Amino acid sequence: MLLSLRGLTKRYPTGDLALKSVDLDVPAGQVMALIGPSGSGKSTLIRCVNRLVEPTGGSVMLEDTDVTRLGIGGLRRARRRMGMIFQEYALVERLTVMENVLSGRLGYVGFWASWFRRFPRKDVEEAFRLLHRVGLEHMVDKRADALSGGQRQRVGIVRALMQDPKLLLVDEPTASLDPKTSRQIMRLIVELCEERGLAAIINIHDVALAQQFARRIVGLRAGQIVFDGPATQLTPEVLTAIYGEEDWSTTIRPAEDEDAVAEPVAAR
Amino acid sequence: MSATLFDARAAARAWRPPPLIASPGLRYAIYLGALLYAVLAVGTLEVNWTRAAEGLERGARFIAGFFPPDFVTKRFDIIEGLLESLTMTAVSTVIGVALSVPVALGAARNLAPMPIYLVCRGIIAVSRTFQEIIIAIVFVAMVGFGPLAGMLTLAFATIGFMAKLIAEDIEDIVEEQAEAIRATGASWFQLLAWGILPQVKPRLIGLSAYRLDINFREAAVLGLVGAGGIGDTLNTAFDRYEFDTAAAVLLVIIAIVLAAEYSSSWIRRKVQ
Repeated sequence: MLLSLRGLTKRYPTGDLALKSVDLDVPAGQVMALIGPSGSGKSTLIRCVNRLVEPTGGSVMLEDTDVTRLGIGGLRRARRRMGMIFQEYALVERLTVMENVLSGRLGYVGFWASWFRRFPRKDVEEAFRLLHRVGLEHMVDKRADALSGGQRQRVGIVRALMQDPKLLLVDEPTASLDPKTSRQIMRLIVELCEERGLAAIINIHDVALAQQFARRIVGLRAGQIVFDGPATQLTPEVLTAIYGEEDWSTTIRPAEDEDAVAEPVAAR
Repeated sequence: MSATLFDARAAARAWRPPPLIASPGLRYAIYLGALLYAVLAVGTLEVNWTRAAEGLERGARFIAGFFPPDFVTKRFDIIEGLLESLTMTAVSTVIGVALSVPVALGAARNLAPMPIYLVCRGIIAVSRTFQEIIIAIVFVAMVGFGPLAGMLTLAFATIGFMAKLIAEDIEDIVEEQAEAIRATGASWFQLLAWGILPQVKPRLIGLSAYRLDINFREAAVLGLVGAGGIGDTLNTAFDRYEFDTAAAVLLVIIAIVLAAEYSSSWIRRKVQ
């Protein structure tokens, strides 16, 4: 198992219990969507995995290391294996596209090398290769704030991949994007995971997108897992269990409609 | 719904923008109090108009003494004072900015743990409490007359000014950008260099330029308490009733302050 959470608990200093003893296993290479209402703890869960948020209890096993017990150096090495993609892209806006991409290598290079931007040639080569893969190789020296939302998110994805991770932690990758770009970004993430055999936890509040792009869906409600199963088992009853009572008949689409639904949006 | 019963036009007629002070009693009490204070304050003024008239005449004679400004007679003193002031300004700004960066990092609540935060905020408070003149008097007493005292004063004042404003800028960064850098496995110093510095750099450069400008103006004043520089030259000129030389010194100061101000605002515009 690539990632195993056992009894993962997070209580914020305010007293809010964001995660209540969550158990979750993610095998290598599996793309998993994590759905749930706002405030259900999705963001906290993936931030506890790489300890951007310190969990208050339980363990996070990444392959055979317990991330919760690591010191500063160990945590750095563990974070290298987990790429993160953010909702608002979280690019450092005053740095160029290339600098943002190379920041994915910070866990591998020393301070002065990074200060003078002297990254190993093969890192820069890999950066160009990945930027070409997402169609941004002509933008390398543009400042990140000159890019459109979809372009920024692709830079964010490349930055995460530069870490050469085993696992991607993806936090609402499409929340700031239009429907067409959202689908393109989701498709890109899933394709790249397949190409490189990466596992991914994708936080997403768009149920249709989750269903379309992930085979496994985990539903979180009030800090607890209330559903864990294949996308095809996502029924109105399940959605009611996750989000509460609502008319779900138009949200869930039969699997064969997937592309038929996505295409008209893309063609617009 | 009650849409049929609700009269939007009547409601719009009755609506007034809310006043600054909600309670009418308090509002009028404050207006009345302010008026009363102004009347009483004007009433207590005792202006001796004859003395004021005499003073005007004396002032006119004094100002006439400034013309024509004499740049030549004391030119070596002026140049020496000027170079001293400029050196003092440059050195104190460089040292002050360099020292203010670690203090700013410590005084940013989102970076520093509580004890370090309190210490650094304390340094800032001490540096900002006292006006430059007072600090200069202390340093003159400590290291003696001359530009060293002035340089120390300005460096000390620069720390408080820069560290406070940079710390505020660090507290205002976009947290996600720093978070993203942390998530890559970056070390603490890499987080500073890649996640924080790019976000505060324009402010850091702009404030440094602004502080250079302030430091020159302060350097001119500090001479008056014996801390060296062009202020010393000015003071000496006044003491010897060489008003024409004093006028020349003032013009030189004005020219340099204007130049410093324009260039610093130009730099600040450029780095945005």
